[in-house]
This record gives sequence, structure tokens and C-alpha cells, in this order.
Amino acid sequence: MSSAIIPLNALGRQKSAQTGGCSAQGCGSGGGQAADGLAPDIWQRVKDHPCYSDEAHHYFARMHVAVAPACNIQCNYCNRKFDCANESRPGVTSERLSPEQAARKVVAVASRVPQLSVLGVAGPGDALYDARRTFETFDRVAEVLPDLTFCLSTNGLALPDWVDEIAARRIGHVTVTVNMVDPEVGARIYPWIFHGHRRWTGLDAARILHERQMEGLERLAAKGVLVKVNSVMIPGVNDDHLVEVNRWIRERGAFLHNVVPLISDPGHGTRFGLDGQRGPNPAELKGLQDRLDGGVRLMRHCRQCRADAVGLLGEDVSQDVTLDKLPETPVYDPAPRAAYRAVVEREREDRHRAAAAATAGLARSGLPARLVAVCTKGGGRINQHFGHAREFQVYEVDGRGVRMIGHRRADNYCLGGDGDDDRLDDIIAALAGIDTVFAAKIGHCPKRDLAKAGIAVIDSYAHDYVETALADWFQAALPAAFTA
Amino acid sequence: MAYQIVASTCTACGACEFECPNGAIRMKGDIFIVDSGKCTECDGAHDSPQCAAVCPVDGTCIPL
Repeated sequence: MSSAIIPLNALGRQKSAQTGGCSAQGCGSGGGQAADGLAPDIWQRVKDHPCYSDEAHHYFARMHVAVAPACNIQCNYCNRKFDCANESRPGVTSERLSPEQAARKVVAVASRVPQLSVLGVAGPGDALYDARRTFETFDRVAEVLPDLTFCLSTNGLALPDWVDEIAARRIGHVTVTVNMVDPEVGARIYPWIFHGHRRWTGLDAARILHERQMEGLERLAAKGVLVKVNSVMIPGVNDDHLVEVNRWIRERGAFLHNVVPLISDPGHGTRFGLDGQRGPNPAELKGLQDRLDGGVRLMRHCRQCRADAVGLLGEDVSQDVTLDKLPETPVYDPAPRAAYRAVVEREREDRHRAAAAATAGLARSGLPARLVAVCTKGGGRINQHFGHAREFQVYEVDGRGVRMIGHRRADNYCLGGDGDDDRLDDIIAALAGIDTVFAAKIGHCPKRDLAKAGIAVIDSYAHDYVETALADWFQAALPAAFTA
Repeated sequence: MAYQIVASTCTACGACEFECPNGAIRMKGDIFIVDSGKCTECDGAHDSPQCAAVCPVDGTCIPL
């Protein structure tokens, strides 16, 4: 299939890290200890879900099936009509599937993508508006693949009607998009909703939506469902207001808060795009996320994926697995997934031990935090050539440890031929605020050009774990007195 | 007394089919069509025609 799927042997090729004990932060699957600051039972539920755990997103893949084309609200940041195979953003899909077709696709993909762990319904409309299609899809897949984690996302308007059905189907992960808790703000984001057999506009629409969202969130959380709240950050409309949203959702039991930047390219034809409403830059997004830190757990590794996305986050292979490319009657082969899981269990335990040991020493550092970019194709390792990177994962390193805090998009530099220099300029712009990049390898010319722009590229940690490499690099910058 | 769907602007999301109280809307090929014999413009059932109220593209569900 696509090179975007990492082969099994890519994980094991690096020497195992020879390290000692296991400190509190990030210790993994063994021993029942808290991992990633989570209680053991919660860790078990998120450790294979790439959207609920940034640790999991290095290893596991999700697929969305676009069985929910219809929606019950209109958002100023959404236009589902625009469809392009090269586009990656919510609401976009290349094919719409019946529940039967979706189940066929899931079985075929599960046999070919060993990283697959999650099946989600994320539109392109609303998963709970015509909920029968969503539930029929899950029911059909559950017959063949009972171990897949089921997940859906919704705007929340219909959510209170379906809480019991969701819980009964063991759909343990639900994302609700909440952009406001104040109807005055909501009226600037939602031109209308359709509810109770009529269209509502203005403050009435926003008030109904808000009340339904909060009721649904509270009742889902009470059922033990892990609720992620997505909020679209719209500068000048709801950016400051999202602090208030964070407080409301914390009080109602949300598990995770994911602030995503508004995408407003006028070419997409959204209301905001046509009106010139801009999205936030990376520094503004990080600034808001840092303000929210300490409230509900934050998701910072979201890639704002398509309604038919397939693969690891940031490595979409949906165009390789469209219906026309799949067998008529696929037979599920569990072997690849089972083999992959066994490798990951070993690998992630080794990585947790190595990361804990490597970052333990950082606590002595009084150095200011550094932002760095990493080229990786999965497994939590620096294992991608700079020229092959379609995105950079951004990490923050300081005395508290090594944390992933986001990503920057940069379409391939290394396409060959003309235009590479222009592309490098785009990459330099995308890396604003970052002065060091870690890659498995980089060519002489781009390294020189990046250096001219004040960006150092380090390839001496090729195939190391991100945490051990960054901790070692950060330590090396410490004054000798601290490292003795 | 019936509605129609303007195929050129329809996104084929199917919300109209889902809301229609008369089962008058169905997919034919790649587009949705209204059976004018079954469409009542929701008279007596709802305040306004449901297809037009839920349609995401203004001017797509319109009187015949």
C-alpha cells in the first residue's frame, strides 16, 4: 500500500534503550501504574486511541467512514460542498458510504492497515442527526471486529436524544464540538440550526444548541463515556471566550479539550473564508492552549482530519482505500493487527522506560523552555528524512520534561525538480519560532539554507526516541555545574 | 403544490429525504428528486416545508 504506513520492522530497528527504572510520568502498560498522569483504567481506554492520547498517536491509526452526510446545523466555518482529494480538513470526503459499504471498507482496511485501532464516524455532516446510519455501521462492524474502539463526533444538537443508545453500543469515545457557552458569541458562528421541525436563527439558535450540548455532555460523562470537546479558535470571535468554555466543560465532566485553529481559505467557500475572517497563527494557538493548561486535559496533536481519513494522524491514506480499490467481499485477516500490537507493547514499554530515565535529569535544569521540531513517521522516533516530512511535530523541552505541543504542516520539500527552493521558504515560514529541527537525515543544501535562516538541523539522533534525543540535547546545553 | 430540488446546487447530503414527512424525496442516480404526487409542501404537518428548512444551500429546495 502506501509508504505512509510504517512497516512493522521500522519500529524495532533501533537498539533497545538500556535504561533503568520507571518514573511517574509516562510509564506504560506494565504494573498497573498510572500512565501519562492517568488512572490505570482510563489509560487502558485511551492508550490505543490516537486522538485521545498523543502517546498512542505515534503507534495507532484511526479510520473515519463517511456515512453521515446530512447535518442539522450550519456553521460559518464549514462548507461540505467543496471536495478535493488533496484536501485535509473536517467536513471533506471523497465518497459517501452506506452502512453496508462502510462495513466492507472497514474489514478490508483492518486487514491491510495493522495500526488500525479506532473506527469513527465524523460526518461529513453530523453523526447523530440521522443516527440510524451511524449506529447501523457500528453494529455491522462489531460483528466482524468486536475489538475495534468505536468513536463518533457530533455538534451536540441531537446528542441528548441518543445518550442511552451510545452507551449501550459501547461507543466509549465521543467528541462534541463546542465553540461557545454564550449565545451572543454563538450567533456569530452559527447562522441557523434545524431543531423540532423548524429552522432557528440568531440568539434562539445559539441558545438551543448550547443547552443541548451541555445536557448531552453532562449525561454522556455520567455514563462513563470519555468526552472530547473540540473548539474552533476564531480570532476576535471566540478566542478569549474559549477560556470560559474550558471551565464549563470541566464542570460537566469532559475528559479532553481540543482547541483547533479556524481554517478559512476563501477557496473553500465557507462564510468565514469569504468574509475574510482569519484563523490564528501557531503562536496565538499555543498562547491560548497555555492559558487553558491546568483545566481539562488538552489535546495538542490534532490534525483536523477528513471525514473519510484513514491511517496514522498526519499520514492520511484515504485515497488508497476508496471503495473501487477494495475487494467485493473482503475477508478479515486478524494476523497483521495482532502482530503489530505485540510489537507495540514491547516497543512502548521500552520507550516509556527510556523517556522516564532521560527526562528525570531535566528537573535540575533552570534553562528556559525550548521549542523544537521533529521529523517522524511514527513510533515516537526521529526516523524521517527532512525532505520527506509532510509535517513537523513540535515539542517543548524544559525542566518539567519533553512534551508534544503541536505540529506544523509543510508539504513535501523533496519532490525533486523545480520549486524546491520556494518550498523551503514555505517550510522556514512554517517553522516560525523554532530554531532547531531533528531529522533522521538532511541534505547538504537545505541544511545550509536553513542555517542561513537561523534554523539548525540535527541528524545525529537518527532513529532515537524523541524523548531521549531531546532530553540529551537539552542536557548538553546545561552549564557543567548542573550536569555533574 | 409541490417542491423541487435544484440539482446543480444540491450537495446530495440527504437531509431533506430524512426530514420529509411524506416520503416524497428519494435518490435517483446521484441526485435527489421530489415525487410531486406525494409532496404536500408539508401543509398541515409542519409550519414550513421541511426540505427547504433543513437544506444547507439556500434556493435549492424551491416551489415547483
